[in-house]
Parts: sequence; structure tokens; C-alpha cells
Amino acid sequence: MSRGRGSNLARLIFLGPGLIMLTLLAVVPMLLMLSTMFFQRGRFGGVVYEFTTANFSRLFQPLYLNVIQDSLVVAGLVTVLALLIGYPTAYAIAQLPPKWKTIALLAVMLPFWTNFLIRMYAWTILLSGPGLVNEALTGIGLIDKPLELLYTRGTVVVGLLYGYLSLMILPIYSAVERLDPRLREASANLGASPVRTFFSVTLPLTLPSALIGAVLVFVPSFGNFVVPEILGGGKAIMVGNLIRDQFLKARDWPFGATIALVMVVVTVILLLAQAVVSRRTRSA
Amino acid sequence: MRKKSSRIVFLPLWLVYVFFYVPIAVVVFMSFNAGDNPYVFKGFSLDWYGKLVGDETILQGLGNTLIVAVGTCLVSTVVGTLLAVGLARHTRSKVIEAIATMPAILPELMLAIGLLIFYTAIDFTLGLTSILLAHLTFGIPLVAVVVRVRLASMDTSLEEASTDLGASPLQTFFRITLPGLAPGIAAGALLAFTFSLDEFVLAFFSAGPTDPTLPIVIYSMVRFGVTPDINALATLLLTVSVVAVLAVQRMTRITESLK
Repeated sequence: MSRGRGSNLARLIFLGPGLIMLTLLAVVPMLLMLSTMFFQRGRFGGVVYEFTTANFSRLFQPLYLNVIQDSLVVAGLVTVLALLIGYPTAYAIAQLPPKWKTIALLAVMLPFWTNFLIRMYAWTILLSGPGLVNEALTGIGLIDKPLELLYTRGTVVVGLLYGYLSLMILPIYSAVERLDPRLREASANLGASPVRTFFSVTLPLTLPSALIGAVLVFVPSFGNFVVPEILGGGKAIMVGNLIRDQFLKARDWPFGATIALVMVVVTVILLLAQAVVSRRTRSA
Repeated sequence: MRKKSSRIVFLPLWLVYVFFYVPIAVVVFMSFNAGDNPYVFKGFSLDWYGKLVGDETILQGLGNTLIVAVGTCLVSTVVGTLLAVGLARHTRSKVIEAIATMPAILPELMLAIGLLIFYTAIDFTLGLTSILLAHLTFGIPLVAVVVRVRLASMDTSLEEASTDLGASPLQTFFRITLPGLAPGIAAGALLAFTFSLDEFVLAFFSAGPTDPTLPIVIYSMVRFGVTPDINALATLLLTVSVVAVLAVQRMTRITESLK
């Protein structure tokens, strides 16, 4: 596939700047971060490039394992909730008439493009002691005195769900939309009930996209440090907080990078799982 | 019977919109509050907006953010557009494809600490430039993706005709491809700008001690506790995002690309 004489020069001009910048600013830093785990800390942050494996044995201390486990549970819970809420929502959008579909989709995208900190802050107004939710609950006589709604693990789950639900809805919508309507008609014509059709036709075919959504929700939830801090009040520490603290407070960068390895491993496992399911669906 | 069941299908949609928009609506509503108490509405006022104009820290943060966002937008737009055309017309390499898209998918925190180690290793002074460079890791792939969507919907026969008539790849690019891509490029630019305007994690790790961007200022304000002037600032930033997303939709009908 030669495309003429200017082809190599054109390739350089079009692809060169972007690839050089992204290599320097993303690929090299990521490789550097992964190699940092094998080195020692500098006294005031930074890295002393002398080999050690001490960072790994430290990672397996109960203190850190507990935080990793907690983060997996919280991110897992957020992902399951996002699936349970996101799937019917995406399905509903796909049933709308075209004009409403556009509006509905924009309304789902919009939160994702607004300031994340501000959206988390909004929940502190809603959920704090004298906040709106407590006010409403006492107003209708459900409770006598304000509940402690902020700064719990549940608040962190709600915040993360609020932050990333859009990322679950959009890929599922896309899959439902691409689904050939003839498949569902065939199923119905063969006598399957709508519920049966959903579980044996629609759901299996949209599962790969739902899993893409799951990865997109799980990964940033797992490594988040803003939500546990603003909505968890520092009580519900997650992997992201550990990493942030190693870099900015304890100033042990190599250990921070070692904790980040957990994020890399989790991300890779999820992507592989998604790829396997996706391949199976395609071949079936 | 059938009508009734089909209405229930839309119930989750309405619940999700309530979930999405009630918190935002409360912030916007409270930004017009006359009182000091952030939880009790005492009547309409624009006082908090006035306070913003006089707040040195916020103005400095805004200035820094605009410098970074405009820079990110300009570089991402030029480089991202070239990259999109390059990926679509001049290569089939999976590795190049991966380098061009992976940075946008990586968790921000991982990229942020990787960049911090990188900047320190090469003795690069942290400041607005290091934030701008960090934002390019998302801005360039973002523009590339949006432009490629547009590129995919364009008829290639004009470009082929141009090449057949002896135009060089660059001539073809500037005379044929670029004008056709304009709406996609404008949309990508706007998204890169909005992203940079609101981005916190990368900025937080790449910022020097003296040049915080607006999200960094907001972060410390929020950690301090609830103050009503955040509501006014939040409302202004939300407005920018809404306008940007609506403009992007007008230019590219981006919701169609989800099909």
C-alpha cells in the first residue's frame, strides 16, 4: 500500500508531533513510574536510583492490604450499582423518539463535562447536618434529629456513582442502539416472552459494552482520592489517598509508585476480562 | 396494557436525571442567596458574585487556568488534528494507535505521579508549563478522537481526486480535508478547553507552589468547609460547561456518533 512519493514525509508531519509528545508525556512517565518501584526514596521526595525490593514487602503489610481490600469493595459496589442503574437508563434512552434521544443523551453527557470537584461539593451541601436532605426528612417527620449522612463509606459510594455513572450509560446505550431489531423480533415471533427475549438476546449481546462501562467506572473509582476526602471526611481512605499521601506528605515516591502498581494490575485484569467476554460474544 | 408497560421503561431515566441534576440545582439556587448561612435561603441577591470579583486568590487562579486552558486548547487542536488525519490516512500500525489513545484512558492519578517523577528526573521546574504539558496527554487524544469521527463520515473521493490530479498530501490536506473537518476541529478544541478548565488531579501534581489553577483553589476552599462564594463560582463554571457542550452538539451532532 504505497501512497506515492510524499508518503513518508506526510507520515512524519501528521503523526510525528502527536506521537513524540504523547510518548514523552505519557509513555515515558508511565515506564519511569513502573521502574521507580525498584528504587529508594530521596529524603525530601524524589528518587534515589539504587536498587531495592523493600517496597514490595512493605505493600503486603496488613495496613496497606486492608486499604486495597476496602478500595476494591467500594469500587466494586459503585460498579455494580452503576450497572444496575445504568443499564435500564441506557435501555430507556434507546426507546425514545430520535429528537428526545438527543436531548436525553446530552443530559447524560453534561454532568461528565462539568467540574468534578464542584459536583462532589454539591453533595456536601445536600447531605450535611443542616443540609437539604436532613431538613426534608425531619420536615416530613421521618426523623427527629439530623442524621450523620456525610463522611461515611456510603457517602463515598454515592459520590463516586454520581461522578462516573455517565461512563456506564453511554457505552450501553451505544450497544442497545446498534442491536439489530430483527433479532428481537425473531425471538418474539418464535414465542419468547419480552423478559425471555431480553435475557437470551438483548443482554448477552450488550454485555461486552456493559463491561467496558464497568471498567470505565471501576478504574477511576478505585484510584480516587478526591471523593474519599471531600465526602468521606478522610475516614474512608482509599488506594488513591495512600498514593497521594506517599507523594505529597510522606514523600516516599518509590513506595507511592509501588501502590500505584496495584492500580495498573487491577486495570489490566479488568481489560483482559472485558476482551475475553467480548471475543466470546462475537464468536457465538 | 402495552402502553402502561412501555411507560415504566422510562422511570429509571427520570430517577437518574433527578440524581444528576438536583445537587447541581441546589448549588445554583444557593448562589443567589442573600444570607451568610449556606443552608438557609434568605432571599435573592448577587452579593456572592460581587465577592468573587474582589477575591485575589480566585482571580489569580482564574488567570492561571485561562493561560493553561488556552495553551492546551491551541496545542491539542493543531497536534490532535494532524494526528487524527495521520491515523486515518497514513498508518495502520496498532502500536501507533495505542500510543495515540491510551493516555486518555489511563487513570489520571497514575499519569499525574508518572509525570511528577519525570519532571523531577529531568529537573523541569513545576509551574504553568508543566500543567499545560500534563493536560496535553488528554487534550491531544481527545481532539484526535473527535476529529476522526468527523473524518469517518467524510467522503474520501474528493481527497482521492485531488491526489490523482497531482496535489501533494499537504496540498490535499489544506485545500480539501481541513475545510471539511472544520466543525470537528472546533468541537475538539472546545472540549479540550473545557477539560483543561476543570481538570484537577493532573494540575494538582504538576503545579508549582505559587501558581495554583482554579480547580486547585476550589479544592482548598472545599476542604476548608462550605462558603457561599463557592456556589457563585460553581454556577459560573457550570454555565461555561453547559454552553460548551451545547456548542459541540450543534457543530458535530456528537450524540449521533454513539450509534
